[in-house]
Amino acid sequence: MLDQIAYAIPFLLPGLLVTIEVSLITVAVSTVIGIVLGVGLVYGPAALRWPIRGFSDIIRGIPILVLLFFVYYGLPLTGLNLQSFAAAVLGLTIFKIAQVIEYVRGAIETVPRGQMDAAKAIGLPFHERFFYVIAPQAVRRFLPPWLNGVTDAVKGSALISLLGVGDLLFGIQKVVARTYDPLALYCFGALLYFVMNYALSIASRALERRFSYIRE
Amino acid sequence: MGYVLNFTLIWRHFDKLWSGLILSLELAVLSIGIGCIIGLALAILYVSGGRILRSLIAAYVEVIRNVPLILLVYLVFYGIPTVFDFAYSNTTSFVVTLSAYAGAYLVEVFRAGLDAVPRGLIDAGKAIGLTPFQRLVHVRLPTMLRIALPALSNTFVSLFKDTSVASVIAVPELTYGAQWINFNTFRIMEVYLVVTGLYLVTGYAILIGLRALERRYAIGR
Repeated sequence: MLDQIAYAIPFLLPGLLVTIEVSLITVAVSTVIGIVLGVGLVYGPAALRWPIRGFSDIIRGIPILVLLFFVYYGLPLTGLNLQSFAAAVLGLTIFKIAQVIEYVRGAIETVPRGQMDAAKAIGLPFHERFFYVIAPQAVRRFLPPWLNGVTDAVKGSALISLLGVGDLLFGIQKVVARTYDPLALYCFGALLYFVMNYALSIASRALERRFSYIRE
Repeated sequence: MGYVLNFTLIWRHFDKLWSGLILSLELAVLSIGIGCIIGLALAILYVSGGRILRSLIAAYVEVIRNVPLILLVYLVFYGIPTVFDFAYSNTTSFVVTLSAYAGAYLVEVFRAGLDAVPRGLIDAGKAIGLTPFQRLVHVRLPTMLRIALPALSNTFVSLFKDTSVASVIAVPELTYGAQWINFNTFRIMEVYLVVTGLYLVTGYAILIGLRALERRYAIGR
């Protein structure tokens, strides 16, 4: 079993890097866009709020796998031809944006109303109310679930092997197809994913403890 | 652009999607049922057991929660039969996987619920002379269920969506039906639009039903 794994490691490393790369891009892009849309969802006019709410509810209502297939097989029909890597990142990012929107909404809504009213009362304009009063308090509510969501991004990225992207799972399957030893390889793959995600979960829990003094 | 939507072929093969949806629901209900039994049993063991038992349960939860479901599906379907001398159908194998997966998520939900049962209720149970077992069955579990209900509904809907992963081992559920139509008719946009609609309607129907249950029974924190 161990020599099987030793044999596989050189074949898995590039895939591991692709998994990390995809997760990083997905998380970075979706965090930026998700925060903007999330703020729009809470403070925007109805014309902005409803499309964002609709987007978030629809995307979170379908399996990631269906979304990935939609993007990968469906988008070329509209004239947009994406390579499998780009389609995979796009699909995962769309899904993650919807999640980040909800983290942001949840974080902002837990800041007591009185904070906003007080900031209004001392005459701060909206951008100052947001950046000096609401955002610093919302960030502590946002970070733990967001970091937890990074784990989801890494796990979700395993699905892109189905689009032919050479990620970690794809690498594992290539080796399995050669050695016919699925158990050892899948267990080793599970271990690799576990190590990455467990480190993230520990960090997330530490953050939660760090901010656990906040009570309404 | 200039792509014209044409749903004719989708309706002609709609039976594939319909039977797929039914199978998805069956997979979800079965796995959630087994998952609830696993989750409840382990949650009770966790709060009443010793340190070794706790670490074992925590290990199960952490391993399952930190590994992608698709990898677990492959591991159970392709990996396990190579060491034990048996083979199971792809559907059985998926139910086994999703049940174990659901169990790990539900342990956490139930455990958090048990922790949130107010101390005073348990003390009151003690005061009127209930045995530990009676306190569990008549006080802690019913209260825990009412506290855990909102988290349970979210987990259930999320597990329903996870049944889509069964398509990778050719279980003919909804996503598999979609792929079949995708590859055989090339009405790609149309099929995924219809399947998106089916997932949304079913998922939200489940959620609305559970929310109604919550309004009736849930206890606010």
